[in-house]
Amino acid sequence: MSERESGPPEIDVRYTADLARLSLTDEEVACFQRQFGDILELVGTLATLDVKGVEPTAHPAPVLDIMREDEVEPGLLGGQVLENAPDNALSQIRVPKVVDA
Amino acid sequence: MLLDGETTPREIVESVATAISADDDTIGGYLSSDFERAVMEAEAADLSLPLGGIPIALKDNINALEHPCSCASRFLESGYLSPYDATVSAMLKEAGAVLYGRTNLDEFAMGSSTENSALKQTRNPHDTSRIPGGSSGGSAAVVAADMAVAALGSDTGGSIRQPASHCGVVGLKPSYGRVSRYGLVAFASSLDQIGPVTKTVEDAALLLQAIAGNDPKDSTCLPAEVPDYASALDEGIAGMRIGLPREFFADEALDSGVRSRVEEALGALEGQGAELVEISLPSTAYAVAVYYILAPAEASSNLSRYDGVRYGKRIDNGDGIISMYRDSRAEGFGPEVKRRIILGTYVLSSGYSGKYYLKAQKARTLIQEEYKEAFKNVDVIMGPVSPTPARKIGEHSESPLEDYLADVYTISANLAGICGISVPCGTVEREGSQLPVGLQILGPHLAESRILRAGRAWEQLRDAG
Repeated sequence: MSERESGPPEIDVRYTADLARLSLTDEEVACFQRQFGDILELVGTLATLDVKGVEPTAHPAPVLDIMREDEVEPGLLGGQVLENAPDNALSQIRVPKVVDA
Repeated sequence: MLLDGETTPREIVESVATAISADDDTIGGYLSSDFERAVMEAEAADLSLPLGGIPIALKDNINALEHPCSCASRFLESGYLSPYDATVSAMLKEAGAVLYGRTNLDEFAMGSSTENSALKQTRNPHDTSRIPGGSSGGSAAVVAADMAVAALGSDTGGSIRQPASHCGVVGLKPSYGRVSRYGLVAFASSLDQIGPVTKTVEDAALLLQAIAGNDPKDSTCLPAEVPDYASALDEGIAGMRIGLPREFFADEALDSGVRSRVEEALGALEGQGAELVEISLPSTAYAVAVYYILAPAEASSNLSRYDGVRYGKRIDNGDGIISMYRDSRAEGFGPEVKRRIILGTYVLSSGYSGKYYLKAQKARTLIQEEYKEAFKNVDVIMGPVSPTPARKIGEHSESPLEDYLADVYTISANLAGICGISVPCGTVEREGSQLPVGLQILGPHLAESRILRAGRAWEQLRDAG
């Protein structure tokens, strides 16, 4: 088993924030690092709970696939949606260049 | 009164507006309210409908067509107007209600004090140096301060019941799947539910009636028939078996004043023929840990949509799209949201997801099974909502964990998917202020009628003195 099961919990705040596409200041990293120590100690108490043979629950009520007729219904109006976008042009949302020419 | 012609919808909206201008500078319950629109809708209201002409305030994370929906976040603060109605908004309109006012919350509903709002501090109307609770703190505060007839909130780990308890109003979290989540800005999708915040249990029943039911737009919403909630309200408490979880009452963190108020209520109900039964929910000890793995995990995924592309804040320094994502999120989110995104990303990340996320999902099964087992023996479960009355603003600003631990009595209902209600049960005195205490009543999945009936029975006993 590659997962660590003992010892103090460790979290690399900067690395994890990068995974979540989140820039952090040095002050934020220091503050979160300290706070996560406490929080991970709390969630670490789960290690003492025996869950052998227990099925995981993703949803508290059964979620079933529901089939319906594929009928066309009006969608969101383009104008209203575009007005919420930070930048738009030619009835489309404009973003920085993603692909190199 | 409306039907008798003693008042008009316009007059009600005007009286709410007057209360808002008199008191909301002090309380800070609203993020926005559009009086002109509300008056226009009030004048067009169909009084024959169940909520005809009644103004309802919405927590500012529930979309309503052409209303703002800031989620109390810098990310959505300026310029965002909902391009659609949440299903609850559409249902309220169909029931004749006037949507009036957007209430403050912890940013993206993450918190239990409303201090995490990036836009405003909401204060408890019973003592303005104290928190209103949260995350639906604005909804609870405006109902308590008579600045709204009723409001909707959302409850992911206690966010309706706890502020209702702190502000001395009624707050109902419906069972998972009872009310559509379509148009509620998602925090933790397997835990979120929308519910009413009202002055009385009867109002909660009326509002739930308007918003409950299946919705093809939410695949987790259940097709179960919606009962007539008002009809069973007055059947009383006699013969009801009330479970008292040993783990709730043996908690060292439980304030003695809060314990006394709850025990007095239970004693009164016993006097009316209810039977008090001690029960055990041993996994309560793990509920907070389970919640603070699952909720951030789901949040980290749900909040990935705030990337500066389609709506809200965009910070573009010309360094390409990845920098745009990172900088927009860095500036748009407040500290608690960042904490939860990072925590959620961590517990889902390679090497840790088995230890944390999967384990928490299994523990969730145990919690759910314990409740199912308990409800074979009792009709409802009662206890406190929060271990203490409303704390002072700013008291836990350096230690979010302190607030997390105080969610202990409310979060297991979300993990188990069952319904719960907080009904005021007196006050405790702190530094000269009378601070409200809530009695929590939990019921099995889809047993809203039962907790409403029990809540109503207590309310009548309480008011009879």
